[in-house]
Amino acid sequence: MSLFPFSFFHYAAPSRFYALAGRLVPVFWAAAIVLAAAGLYTGFFRAPVDATQGDAYRIIFIHIPAAWMSMVLYLAMAFWAAIGWAFNARLASMVARAIAPTGAMFTFLALWTGALWGKPTWGAWWVWDARLTSELILLFLYAGFMAIVSAIDEPRRADKAGALVAIVGSVNVPIIYFSVKWWNTLHQGASISLTAAPTMARTMLAAMLIMTLAFWAYAFAVVFTRTRAIVLERERHAQWAGAPARAPATRGSVGPEVST
Amino acid sequence: MTGAFAALFARDLRLAARRRTDALLPLAFFGVAIALFPLGVGPEPQTLRQIAPGIVWVSALLAAMLSVSQLYAADMADGSLEQLLIADRSRIGIAAAKAASHWVLTGLPLTIAAPLFGVMFDMSLPAIGALAASLLLGTPVLSLLGGLGAALTLGLRGGAVLLIVLIVPLCIPALIFGAGAVAAVDAGLSARGHFSLLGALLLFTALLSPLATAAALRIATE
Repeated sequence: MSLFPFSFFHYAAPSRFYALAGRLVPVFWAAAIVLAAAGLYTGFFRAPVDATQGDAYRIIFIHIPAAWMSMVLYLAMAFWAAIGWAFNARLASMVARAIAPTGAMFTFLALWTGALWGKPTWGAWWVWDARLTSELILLFLYAGFMAIVSAIDEPRRADKAGALVAIVGSVNVPIIYFSVKWWNTLHQGASISLTAAPTMARTMLAAMLIMTLAFWAYAFAVVFTRTRAIVLERERHAQWAGAPARAPATRGSVGPEVST
Repeated sequence: MTGAFAALFARDLRLAARRRTDALLPLAFFGVAIALFPLGVGPEPQTLRQIAPGIVWVSALLAAMLSVSQLYAADMADGSLEQLLIADRSRIGIAAAKAASHWVLTGLPLTIAAPLFGVMFDMSLPAIGALAASLLLGTPVLSLLGGLGAALTLGLRGGAVLLIVLIVPLCIPALIFGAGAVAAVDAGLSARGHFSLLGALLLFTALLSPLATAAALRIATE
């Protein structure tokens, strides 16, 4: 370990991560804005009109990336919460807490844009089919994670309980993903797979992938900002976070932080 | 592990026998909840026959979740839970015993009472049989998952509502396949797929839930 110049756990220290994240957040915001602009331009102006749905399909440039992010962020949240539990690394648990609201937001966005798409194309705002229901359950799982970590006052107990809840809930993510294959559902089947050529036009696919990267960069920016806030909150007793240095105790004097 | 399981299981049943009214409360809730639906939806028999499996299942789910929130609370309050954990008895055995005793005290009475409500909703005999069978397979899953929720929310302010928010999403597959089995039988189709999946769910939960509950107990008491 001593010869290797870079330790894997170097940025597991909250103070070091705080500084690194502070430098990275503007980069992620810039990337998110540029990619979103490129993706939305390609999707709304360059991609062709769909044969069956006309222009209504263009909501997929928000809907599908949001749905992917909702699943990926849940797995990331469960992963970091598990790392925080297994290695007793409190920064990992803080990152998991930071991911949860963003993941819930993307889940809600996927459901909302799905409803906006479903009304003109299927004739219904909502159907209780397998994919929609399991995505709704994902929203409840995010809510459950946020509920349990905020219900427990003691921070490390909250981190560990949240990790257990997140891990148990991650069983749902494969169910969402494979729901269109396992059940006869109204929702469209998978048009993009790792093993077969995509069945949609190249420009549509490109726009969708650019939007996915844009959402990913946005998620990094927001999660890192939130993590920095959580780090400051949890580490407020530490000197690097601005707590006043403790003067050596002498009889008859009070410390600087005690006011009379 | 079996020693701890048997001792704790017997102890819980003995304690419940001394407070019979408390033990029958979930059953009373079950009946009250079921009775609310015809009052709210209207007494049209055809509608009620169609939604009866769902009503019975949802009421069973809520009765199980509300009664399970107190599973560890009494032992935690008088300190016997910590004594059990310190005494190096298997935590997994404790979790399994608690879930088993909860099922015998709540799930099993619900399963036995369900056919009565099936008759009240004018369900056909095969459908009532399917309802009882689906509850027999499904209520242990609810007790196991409820035990996990009880261990996670031990001593917390949110109480039963927090437990419901946490655990009900995990119970949804049991609800879907359980109510779906009865609907399939009602429609004259085979419910073998539903019962197979319910059985698989029970096995999966019975194997993994005590492990997760044991971890939750450790988190809650360390």
